[in-house]
Amino acid sequence: MTTRTFREAINHALDLEMERDPTVILIGEDIVGGHGGSSNNPGAGGGIMGITGGLFQKYGASRVIDTPISESAIMGSAAGSALTGLRPVAEMMFADFLGVCFDQIFNQAAKFRYMFGGHARTPMVVRCMTGAGFGAAAQHSQALWPIFTHIPGLKVVLPSNPRDAKGLLITAIRDDDPVIFMEHKVMYDDEGEVPDESYAIPFGEANLTREGDDVTIVAFGRLVNFANQVADKLAGEISVEVVDPRTTSPLDTEVILESVAHTGRLVVVDEAYPLCSMASEALSTVALNELGSLKAPPKKITPPHTPVPASPVLEALYVPSPETIETAVREVMSV
Amino acid sequence: MEQSNEDLLKAYRTMKTIREFEARIAKEFEAGTVPGFTHLYMGQEAVATGVCMHLSDQDAISSTHRGHGHCIAKGCDVRGMMLELFCKRDGLCHGKGGSMHIADISKGMLGANAIVGAGAPLAVGAGLAAKTLGNGHVSVAFGGDGATNQGTVFEAMNMAVVLKLPVIFAIENNGYGEHTGIDYHLGSGDLTSRTAAFGMPAVKVDGTDYFAVYEAVGEAVKHARSGEGPAAVECVAPRWRGHFEGDPQTYRNLDEIKELREKQDCLKRFREHVTKRKWLKAADMDAIDKEVLQLIDDSVKDAIAAAPPLPEDLTTDVYVSY
Repeated sequence: MTTRTFREAINHALDLEMERDPTVILIGEDIVGGHGGSSNNPGAGGGIMGITGGLFQKYGASRVIDTPISESAIMGSAAGSALTGLRPVAEMMFADFLGVCFDQIFNQAAKFRYMFGGHARTPMVVRCMTGAGFGAAAQHSQALWPIFTHIPGLKVVLPSNPRDAKGLLITAIRDDDPVIFMEHKVMYDDEGEVPDESYAIPFGEANLTREGDDVTIVAFGRLVNFANQVADKLAGEISVEVVDPRTTSPLDTEVILESVAHTGRLVVVDEAYPLCSMASEALSTVALNELGSLKAPPKKITPPHTPVPASPVLEALYVPSPETIETAVREVMSV
Repeated sequence: MEQSNEDLLKAYRTMKTIREFEARIAKEFEAGTVPGFTHLYMGQEAVATGVCMHLSDQDAISSTHRGHGHCIAKGCDVRGMMLELFCKRDGLCHGKGGSMHIADISKGMLGANAIVGAGAPLAVGAGLAAKTLGNGHVSVAFGGDGATNQGTVFEAMNMAVVLKLPVIFAIENNGYGEHTGIDYHLGSGDLTSRTAAFGMPAVKVDGTDYFAVYEAVGEAVKHARSGEGPAAVECVAPRWRGHFEGDPQTYRNLDEIKELREKQDCLKRFREHVTKRKWLKAADMDAIDKEVLQLIDDSVKDAIAAAPPLPEDLTTDVYVSY
């Protein structure tokens, strides 16, 4: 066990899988860095967030591949090479850029297996950073996991801590289906205890990050940590259970329903836009299957239905805060 | 480039199979037996054939919405294709792909593609796999003149050059991007020079002349296989049918098609070429004609009689595991 940042945990997962399987390659913009230009010093970068640092030096240009700024060609290369023998991990930098290459993801990679009658495997991972909190505004801050969760054929991963990030990324790389792996940019420096060995965390298995009896918070990605803070703060007063689904597709509805059946109260928390969000999905799952257990109307905590603002003042209002979550918990307890 | 008699007979059989397959699909579509949308390849048979004669099952191709010809030329089972177009359970894709998404990965056929220009990045991916694995394979991106205006194709061409990938861009200039003529939709006026501007060798050939296509693509494949990077061949081969079956082609002077059938029929031209040089006997090709017609007829009979997918097939094969 070593204390590692989220960034280091992801780098370690990539390193371990590249070492284990020579068909694993990395492809994306600036993931090597330093090609051409006045210095022409390949390897000078390692991704704008430094995630892929050192991997070019270890695995070389044939497996850590810098591309032009061509998102569709990156995604298509990942999909096409996955069909023909590689396990590419494509880095999309900001998840917002997925808008430039949606077709290759949701009309191509996601559909191959079904369209081709089960005769195709598309083992590719798309890594991208998501979320608000950097003042990066409307085109670099979105929480777009519901869009990908919506598409049959894709799997979607949202790690909330370094340990999960490593284990889930290893699973993603070994998985034979296309996986969208979404990293919250504010969390890259978060530290946590991470096992040194290789381990795979199965998809579709939620983690109870806090166990409790009075109220269930279902939270996604970074906001799991806010939910944990609230649970810890209220301990002794209100017993809060926190469910971290870890993957939104497949979604572990069983654990969500079990928790709600146990506590009878529900707060759902999601950084995605409120319409058709994971918060909506969790609420509908409970409404359809466990409505009778609810002792109080549930609460849905999301940003407003607006783009992400640039102003730090507005951005702070935009992202659900521990305080908002605490208020919601107190409200469902008051009924 | 020399071709054996066996090769020539194979090429003729492929072109003839494509022609008759498509002619029959036109009839069946009109009769209402083939569901969905379908886009026919008649007139362009020499392109798919001249390209795929250079490829093995391990070389990959990405195809287009007009993909039946590519499928046949790449060696996909004709009966399995027919069943797929009729959306039957025993079709190549178990009736879940249909005309616009037909594929056979085991033959290196990475799918017809209902999104114009989407295949080029996929072929670049196959080229990337070939280069990374060092297996000497190449990939071919088929795409029409219309597709070359898509950003995806620009990105794919540039990336193939930057990464020096063994990809051949087989550009099928059939004169129309859907319902719009190339003289309107192509800003630069010349596809080959625009392609060459990406930094790869690019040549233009008469796509109704099998031998011209075969020669040019042979050079391109040689270039790619030897590690020199991508190459492109623009094959000019006007389509005989509309954009899709049922297209009234109001955008086109229909005399144009009559003239094409008379003067630019790749099968007629092939026959003239090989008989004049005494490479093949007319009787041998006549025999192939008969066999092909029989195969198509049998395939249609099988396809009509075959069972549709089962209700439980609706939800299978979305994921490998979930």
